[in-house]
Amino acid sequence: MALLLIAEHDQEKLTPSTLATLTAAKQFSVPIHIVLIGHSCQKVAEEASRYEGVEKVWIMDHPSLLHPIAEEMTDTLLELAKGYGFVLAPSSTFGKNLLPRLAALLDVAQISDVIQIVDRQTFVRPIYAGNALATVLSQDDTKVMTIRSTAFDKAEKGSSKAPIEAPPFKPPSFPHATFVKIEKSSSKRPELTSASIVVSGGRGLQTKENFEMLETLADLLGAAIGASRAAVDAGFVPNDYQVGQTGKVVAPDLYIAIGISGAIQHLAGMQESKVIVALNKDPEAPIFQVADYGLVGDLFTILPELIEKLKMMKKADLTQK
Amino acid sequence: MKILVAVKRVVDYSVKVRIKSDRTGMDLAGVKMSLNPFDEIAVEEALRLKEKGVCSEVLVVSIGDTAVQESLRAALALGADRAIHVKTELETQPLGVAKALKALVEKETPQLVVLGKQAIDDDFNQTGQMLSALLKWPQGTFISSLTIEGQEIQAVREVDGGLETLKMPLPAVLTTDLRLNQPRYASLPNIMKARQKPMEILTANMLGVDLTPHLQTLKVAEPPPRKPGLKVESVDALLDRLRHEAKVI
Ligand SMILES: Cc1cc2nc3c(=O)[nH]c(=O)nc-3n(C[C@H](O)[C@H](O)[C@H](O)COP(=O)(O)OP(=O)(O)OC[C@H]3O[C@@H](n4cnc5c(N)ncnc54)[C@H](O)[C@@H]3O)c2cc1C
Repeated sequence: MALLLIAEHDQEKLTPSTLATLTAAKQFSVPIHIVLIGHSCQKVAEEASRYEGVEKVWIMDHPSLLHPIAEEMTDTLLELAKGYGFVLAPSSTFGKNLLPRLAALLDVAQISDVIQIVDRQTFVRPIYAGNALATVLSQDDTKVMTIRSTAFDKAEKGSSKAPIEAPPFKPPSFPHATFVKIEKSSSKRPELTSASIVVSGGRGLQTKENFEMLETLADLLGAAIGASRAAVDAGFVPNDYQVGQTGKVVAPDLYIAIGISGAIQHLAGMQESKVIVALNKDPEAPIFQVADYGLVGDLFTILPELIEKLKMMKKADLTQK
Repeated sequence: MKILVAVKRVVDYSVKVRIKSDRTGMDLAGVKMSLNPFDEIAVEEALRLKEKGVCSEVLVVSIGDTAVQESLRAALALGADRAIHVKTELETQPLGVAKALKALVEKETPQLVVLGKQAIDDDFNQTGQMLSALLKWPQGTFISSLTIEGQEIQAVREVDGGLETLKMPLPAVLTTDLRLNQPRYASLPNIMKARQKPMEILTANMLGVDLTPHLQTLKVAEPPPRKPGLKVESVDALLDRLRHEAKVI
C-alpha cells in the first residue's frame, strides 16, 4: 500500500514542515506519492518530484485553489486517498485544518502530532501538553496522521525525477467557506518553526516598545522571534509568534527565553530545543528547570548588556577573519 | 436560531498530571477537573451571540461518563439554556464524538455548532473538522474573531502565517482559539439556577452511533528528561558558555 503525503507550500517551494513529513514518510518503506494543491504551482511540483523516495507527484491545480479552503480540497483528496494505505500531512495549521476531514470521511481515526513511527501501525505522540508520550496502535485500514516537524529532519533532494500527474478536480457539492484575505505578519527573519536560533519574549518585557529590544538581539544572532501567550495577548507581537501547546512547536539549536515564566503550556512548544537559555529575575521560575543556562536578574539591565557584548563579539569575529 | 456547543471535561490546565505506575495512562485520581478552556470560550461566544440577539437558545452537549454532567452544569451556570449528556463508559475519541454530534445536529437542527479547537488532555484538534466534513457544512477553525450578519458569518482564523479571514453561510461549524474572548465567571445565583435547567440523558445507541475508540493506547511514558542545567553568574559567562561549550553562537 502506497503513502500519500499532502504537501504544504508557499507558491515557491515546499515548507520545511513538509520536508520533515517526507522524512517521516520514508520510514514506512512504501512508495511515496506527494499531492500538491494550489494554482500555478507547477514549479513546486517539479521541486517535489526531485526528492529521494518520491515516486509520483499529483498536482491539484485550479484557480479556486490559490488560497485553498479545506472544504474545496476535501472531495478530490478523498477520492485520491482511497487508493492509499497511509495519508500524511504536516502538523501545521494547514494540516490540522484539513486532515481530520479526510479521516472522518474515510471512517478512520486520525493520529495527531506523530513524533515517532514505531512500525506501520504503532506511533508515538505527545499528550497533556507534552507531559506524557503515548504509544498508540491503529488498526484502521488507512492510517491518517499529522507529523510534528520538529521530530524529523528535513528530506534531501535526490537524483531521480518522479512523474507529475493531475487528478480530476471535484469541486465541493455543498456550501463552503470562501477566502477573504490574509494578514501576514511580514518579517525578514527566518521562519519561526525552522530557525536555528529563536529569541522569545514574555510578559516580563512589559510593553511593546520594550519587546522591540528583542529585534536587535534577533538581528545580531540571525534568529527568529517567538513569544509566550501572555506577550501575544498583551499585543506585543502578532498571534503567529506564539510558541506552545496551542501555538507553534519549535526545536531550534538555541532557544533564549526572556521574561517567560515557563508555564507547562509554553514548555510544550520549546522543550525539545537543543540548548535553552533563560533570563528571568525570579530564581524559582519553572523555566530554569528546562534551561541549560540560566541567568537570574533584571532583563532591563541584562538585555542591553547582552546586546552590547554580542556586538563586540561580532566585531572581533570580523577583524579576526 | 439555536447554537449547539460541545464541551469536554478535562484535567484543569494548572495541574501537572502524572503517569500511572503501570504506564497504562494518566493518574487522574483526585485531580482537579474543569471545563476544557477552549470549550469555555466556545460557550462564552455562544452566550454573547445570544445577548446580541443573533440566537435564541444555547444548547450544550457532552459525551462521556456521568461525571461530564458536572461540566454541563458548569456551562449551564455560565448561561447556557439546556444540556444533553450522551452517556458512555467508553474512552471518547474525536471520530466517535463527531458522529454523535452529527446525530444530535440532525435531531436538534441548530444553525451553528461551536467547539473548542482542541482538548488540552489528548491534544487531538480534530472534532470540529470531522463534524464539518460529516455534516457537509462550512468550517471555520481556530477563530479569534467572529461576526454574524443575517445568514453570513465572517471569521478570522489564527493560522501559521498570520490571520486569515473567511466568510461562509450558515449553518456552519466553528472552532475557537484562545483570543476569541475572555470567558465570564459563573455567579452564585446562576450556579443555583443551573440546577433547575433541563438536562437530557441519551446513549450512543439511542443516537445510532458507534463510539468504539479506533486508537488503542499501548503505553504512556514520561518524555526523556533534559540533562540538568546550570545557572551562570554574568552575561560574559553566558556568552562564553554558548560559544565554547554549547557552540551555538
Ligand atoms: C488552554 C491554554 C493554552 C495555553 N497555551 C499557551 C501557549 O501555547 N503558549 C504559551 O506561552 N502559553 C500558553 N498558555 C498560557 C500559559 O499558561 C501562561 O499563562 C503563559 O505562558 C505565561 O506567559 P509568560 O511566561 O510570558 O508570563 P508570566 O507567567 O507572567 O511570566 C512572566 C515572567 O517574567 C519574569 N519577569 C518579570 N519582569 C522581569 C524582569 N524585569 N526581568 C526578568 N524577568 C522578569 C517573571 O519573573 C515571570 O517569570 C495557555 C494557557 C491555557 C489555559
